[in-house]
Amino acid sequence: MKRAGFIAGAVLTALLLLTALLSLVWTPWPPEQIDMARRLAPPGAAHWLGCDQLGRDVFSRLMAGARSAWLVGIVAVGIGLIAGTALGLLAAARRGAVEALVLRGADLGHAFPALLLAILLAAALGPGMTVAMAAIGLHAVPSFARLVNGSAKSWWARDFVLAARVAGQGPWSITWRHVLPQLLPLLIVQGTTSFALAILAEAGLSYLGLGTQPPQASWGRLLAEAQTLMFEAPQLALAPGVAITLAVLGLNLLGDGLRDRLDPKEQPR
Amino acid sequence: MTAGPDAPLLDVSDLHVRLPGRGGASLHALRGVDLRLARGESLALVGESGSGKTLTALAVMGLLPDGAEAGGRIAFDGRDLLALDEDGWRGLRGRRIAMVFQEPLTALNPLQRVLSQVMEPLLIHRLMPDRAAARERATSLLARVGLDDRQARAHPHQLSGGQRQRALIAMAIAAEPDLLIADEPTTALDARLRVQMLDLLRELVAERGMGLLLISHDLALTARRVDRLAILYGGRVMEEGAAAGLLEHPRHPYTQALWAARPRLGAGRDQPLHPLKGNVPALAQLGDGCPFAPRCPLATTRCAAEPPRFDGRLACWEVSS
Repeated sequence: MKRAGFIAGAVLTALLLLTALLSLVWTPWPPEQIDMARRLAPPGAAHWLGCDQLGRDVFSRLMAGARSAWLVGIVAVGIGLIAGTALGLLAAARRGAVEALVLRGADLGHAFPALLLAILLAAALGPGMTVAMAAIGLHAVPSFARLVNGSAKSWWARDFVLAARVAGQGPWSITWRHVLPQLLPLLIVQGTTSFALAILAEAGLSYLGLGTQPPQASWGRLLAEAQTLMFEAPQLALAPGVAITLAVLGLNLLGDGLRDRLDPKEQPR
Repeated sequence: MTAGPDAPLLDVSDLHVRLPGRGGASLHALRGVDLRLARGESLALVGESGSGKTLTALAVMGLLPDGAEAGGRIAFDGRDLLALDEDGWRGLRGRRIAMVFQEPLTALNPLQRVLSQVMEPLLIHRLMPDRAAARERATSLLARVGLDDRQARAHPHQLSGGQRQRALIAMAIAAEPDLLIADEPTTALDARLRVQMLDLLRELVAERGMGLLLISHDLALTARRVDRLAILYGGRVMEEGAAAGLLEHPRHPYTQALWAARPRLGAGRDQPLHPLKGNVPALAQLGDGCPFAPRCPLATTRCAAEPPRFDGRLACWEVSS
């Protein structure tokens, strides 16, 4: 059962990635091509999922939306992971006042509403994909910092770290050579789960108009545009909805499967 | 501030350590430890659990736990170690003072090959011109302690306990330190390996002219493998002297009791063991007097009230050196 979930998650995620990559070179129709003659065309042989209210091919826009989701996900998780890990490692190596500062800062960051952060950034930078990336990424920093700090501290307490100190290694060299490598499984699992959250958040922000802007395709925008046509053409809302659900489900299943496989606690000694 | 040739390599005098206890109280864990170790000499610090032997070793390595306060003097090659800052320590640790740990499994990084862990001290202290030279040096060190090329390239979990302990010893001697501290390096091993490991340590120390400070609770095992013995109890040195003389004529009642309590190989089944009466007192309950007084057959009222002074050989009111 667990194994089936892991495989399903891996397949879904791989499919999503392949779709996003493929959309760079090929989509059935140009995703931004408007053709009023095909307005709200039902699904058929030429347009697999039909067309939207401007006659754009929904399947092609869905593929382009996968690309936006991956781009925002990678950049946002990258920001959260790199900055959060650096802060968490710094706090674990220095302890004392530095650690208190990082952890209280993380509390503050957690308490700050994510949506307010996105609105502030949108006000400063103008809405767009950059805002979505920055807001989601910054919001992920505190969780990564706390997680890394907690785990890094437990590795700092190990005998081989003491042995490295006894051998004359400084705190940065110990962090780099002895602590960070032990955290990789944790970071992979947490990164995968955060990726799912980032895709969901990107859809949400685009839906609210703070993220990806038209005519660029994004799953959240597709949902927003389909909202007024819910009764005339429900397939327009269904398609991005199913895409978001499958992407998040796939990444979560993959994350859980990786946790079972990589968690050092579960490995035989 | 360099010392003359006849000054001891390590000179610990009147070392006190207070550990932070519960509710702001502090535990007086070391109550005036005196030790002297010359170059090329081996000294075993013997005591029961809680006697302060590991704490003494940590103090000499500058690795006392957070919040611990140390007083007295630890001189290494004429330098006062208690006055050293973290940068000063980094140049000494691993380079001039090295340590072999108790638990060979947890003292090695599970993700790194043994060879690269032995290379580490060589690279940190820039003792080799390049990685290739360090690799060659580490390989020959591992060969010296009895690990072949294949074992050198293995990860720690692929090796046995004895092999891991050998790897740790190779790591500790890599930078050719002047002082090697071995904290119970044999506890995790079986009896035959213990003897092998101690013999290996003794050979290496003799070969390289290092000083060896061996921490152990096993008087019978260490006594015949070191030059001198220091018997620790309740954070104080009870008796100190050349190993052979001290065992032939143990003077302190504690040493006598400890020596009488050792199990003997080849002794008949009907020969009883002579355990020490009572328990090691908890640190918090230790009074001002001689820590051994509550268990000592010779104890008087003075023993319980006033600590005997260590005169370089013995700390006892009733027996004089």
